[in-house]
Amino acid sequence: MAARALAVSAALALAFLTLGPVAVVLARAGGFGVLGPGDWQAVRFTLWQALLSAAFSVVLAVPVAKAMARRRFSGRGLLVTLLGAPFILPVIVAVMGLIAVFGQAGLVNAGLAALGLPTIDIYGVHGVVLAHVFFNLPLAVRMLFSAWQAVPAEHFRLTASLGLSGQAQWRVIDGPLMARVLPGAFTVIFVICLTSFAVALTLGGGPRATTVELAIYQAMRFEFDLGRAAALAVLQLALALAAGLVALRFAGQSGFGAGRDRVVPRWDGQGPLARIWDGAWIVLAALFLLVPLSTAVLRGVPGLWLLGPDTLRAAGHSLMVALGSTALCMAWALPLASRRGELLALPAIAISPLVLGTGLFLIVRPFMNPFDLALPVTGLVNALMALPFALRILRPEAEAVARDYGRLRATLRMTPLAWLRLIWLPRLRRPMGFAAGLTAALAMGDLGVIALFADPDRTTLPLQVYRLMGSYQMEAAAGAALLLLMLSLSLFWLFDRGGRVNAAT
Amino acid sequence: MRSLTFTVAAGCLSAGLAMAETPVLTVYAPDYFVSEWGPGPKIEELFEARCACDLQFKPGDLLPRILLEGDRTEADVVIGLNTDVTKKARESGLFAPHGVDLSPLTLPLEWTDEVFLPFNYGHTAFVYDTTRIETPPASFDALLDAPDDLRLVIQDPRSSISGLALVLWVQAVYGDEAEAAWDKLAPKIVTATKGWSESYGMFTDGEVDMVLSYTTSPAYHIIAEEDETKKAAIFPEGHYFMVELAAKLAGTDQPELADQFMSFVLSEEFQGMIATGNWSIPAALSQDKWPEGFQKLDLPENVLFYSEDEAAELRAEAIEAWRRALSR
Repeated sequence: MAARALAVSAALALAFLTLGPVAVVLARAGGFGVLGPGDWQAVRFTLWQALLSAAFSVVLAVPVAKAMARRRFSGRGLLVTLLGAPFILPVIVAVMGLIAVFGQAGLVNAGLAALGLPTIDIYGVHGVVLAHVFFNLPLAVRMLFSAWQAVPAEHFRLTASLGLSGQAQWRVIDGPLMARVLPGAFTVIFVICLTSFAVALTLGGGPRATTVELAIYQAMRFEFDLGRAAALAVLQLALALAAGLVALRFAGQSGFGAGRDRVVPRWDGQGPLARIWDGAWIVLAALFLLVPLSTAVLRGVPGLWLLGPDTLRAAGHSLMVALGSTALCMAWALPLASRRGELLALPAIAISPLVLGTGLFLIVRPFMNPFDLALPVTGLVNALMALPFALRILRPEAEAVARDYGRLRATLRMTPLAWLRLIWLPRLRRPMGFAAGLTAALAMGDLGVIALFADPDRTTLPLQVYRLMGSYQMEAAAGAALLLLMLSLSLFWLFDRGGRVNAAT
Repeated sequence: MRSLTFTVAAGCLSAGLAMAETPVLTVYAPDYFVSEWGPGPKIEELFEARCACDLQFKPGDLLPRILLEGDRTEADVVIGLNTDVTKKARESGLFAPHGVDLSPLTLPLEWTDEVFLPFNYGHTAFVYDTTRIETPPASFDALLDAPDDLRLVIQDPRSSISGLALVLWVQAVYGDEAEAAWDKLAPKIVTATKGWSESYGMFTDGEVDMVLSYTTSPAYHIIAEEDETKKAAIFPEGHYFMVELAAKLAGTDQPELADQFMSFVLSEEFQGMIATGNWSIPAALSQDKWPEGFQKLDLPENVLFYSEDEAAELRAEAIEAWRRALSR
């Protein structure tokens, strides 16, 4: 019963933190504001680009993840880690990296021009989708990849000894696996893209690419129209919730049952055609994701020598925030790792950071000086925002463990502690490592809420990057961004490696 | 590790002592102000040398935060407001008259505001690189008529102060024809970014030919990088005037310190560091006292400006004209 109480209090805390700030902003505004025609256009564009972005991300992720799961090559472990990097890049760094590759003066156009071909233009809806795929394809790949890793090796042995054709194997393993993972992955990515702001603006090419988040920003910062901001924030939450409900309806349930955790070679896909096919997908994905990343790295190297004490201090703050967020998020996620918990958490990504920050500010204000809470609040908000990702990763495996080993638990009358220590944690180690790595890296790179609470002595690294750019220090900003990337990636790698024991073999 | 612990302990100790003995003046300032590259640290040093107080900057969104806090705000002074928001700020009744003698002002237009005190200014302008554009458009009309392969990046007027200044600039130059002007400019605009930083980054990376920035941007390159290839295109139609303001909170618990700070803003000491501290033109310093790099700047003869009432009235219309034209 203690577990149930824990789950209920975790759920209550979650509901309070997502709905409370919006309610407070709404109360302060004295009711919802009226939405203009421009706002409805923004809603339409937001939905459209989020649908496209999520669809491309998950569809492309299928062949990439399958190839990664069944091929063994040197550097595979490193590639798996690096492929996670775009997702955790600060937006501004990623966008600059993409422009350096796909922009007018970028590598792709230089190549096309050298061949005498017409150049491409990255600005427009396709640019927004391209950037969102760049950010989210790795997430979808990793979710699928983890699911494939979690299939008991006995299944592959069995399909091999039965001599199942590729098509038959697709029917018994890959198909059900995707039915289980893809709707959730699609939903999470869809909801992330709902709140896109700087990416949509910079690569959208102009006001056609206006998102709801921009309308919130405008209402909040320029017009101080809290009622309109609250109305838009609620609309955004409703869209996320609707997406979550649809996904839950379509998501298949069953896992693959228990196995003996052996690493078994895969016998499928050993024909030359399959090798070429997988190889091509891996190379394409690696190029698409790693070239813009490398430009961010190259641009940052000279700036590393310009980093002052302010930047290093900011890096220290960011590390503290990231570690605090991760611990909190994991403690929060485990009791909520169920279908209901996942749905409940989904709106947390869709809530506008600006409204969330303002709401928390109003809540904290009567009791304390919000400035003193800048870092704890940032940590809390980041844990909240990472929770849906963590649950998406943990939930399928957690449910599978409960289903597969529940009878064993009952038969042996395991104590909760023994269950946790012997079954739960060891079996959830891989998804937990991935989720913790993701949380830590996301918290490192987040800019959302700190901007409202910022204090010169409590700056985080992403905020410092923006400050440097705002003071013409483009080179130092690139250096700070590289430092941020290295720290995020190291945290991600450390946590993820702790969990991903079999992937490199 | 030991040295870190020591520093922290010493920091806490000195903060504790400071709290016990010296009064604190809390100044809200924009984000870029407080970094080691912004003017904040210099202002703090100069003012603390004369006030026997502790000046503390609190960076962040200025007006939204003050309006949220209302009369419970901790701020004694706000620095870095802009005329586009002063109407709302004035109507809140949270600010008090500055009481500073305005005669030292050297602005290109007359300033009589009793509440909002200017400390620096610049003008919106399109900045280009002379190694890539030899003959820049010589007027706003020429920019509209330039070939469509001229690549411009601007900022979104709904998320950025400089973007908002641009639509008001176009409104001031073209009036009822603003939307038609945007129509002609639209094919050249590569994109509109969230803020100035993203745009300027695209410009320095060579992705665009011209960026919406300020007449003072080239000064940074001249002075800090000894690079004279960045220039602002000057248009005879005039340039929109951007001014940054300071104001005293009516509810301050340090009225004397706040007054002292307000007069400090127009002092020669403060004004003398503004040019290279904030990369803009000091509001009360004659041109011969500007740093050499600023003397080299191309500045417009014609200055366009909307009062806060006019700006508030025109804003929605100007943004809508921009949105309609660029959505086609």
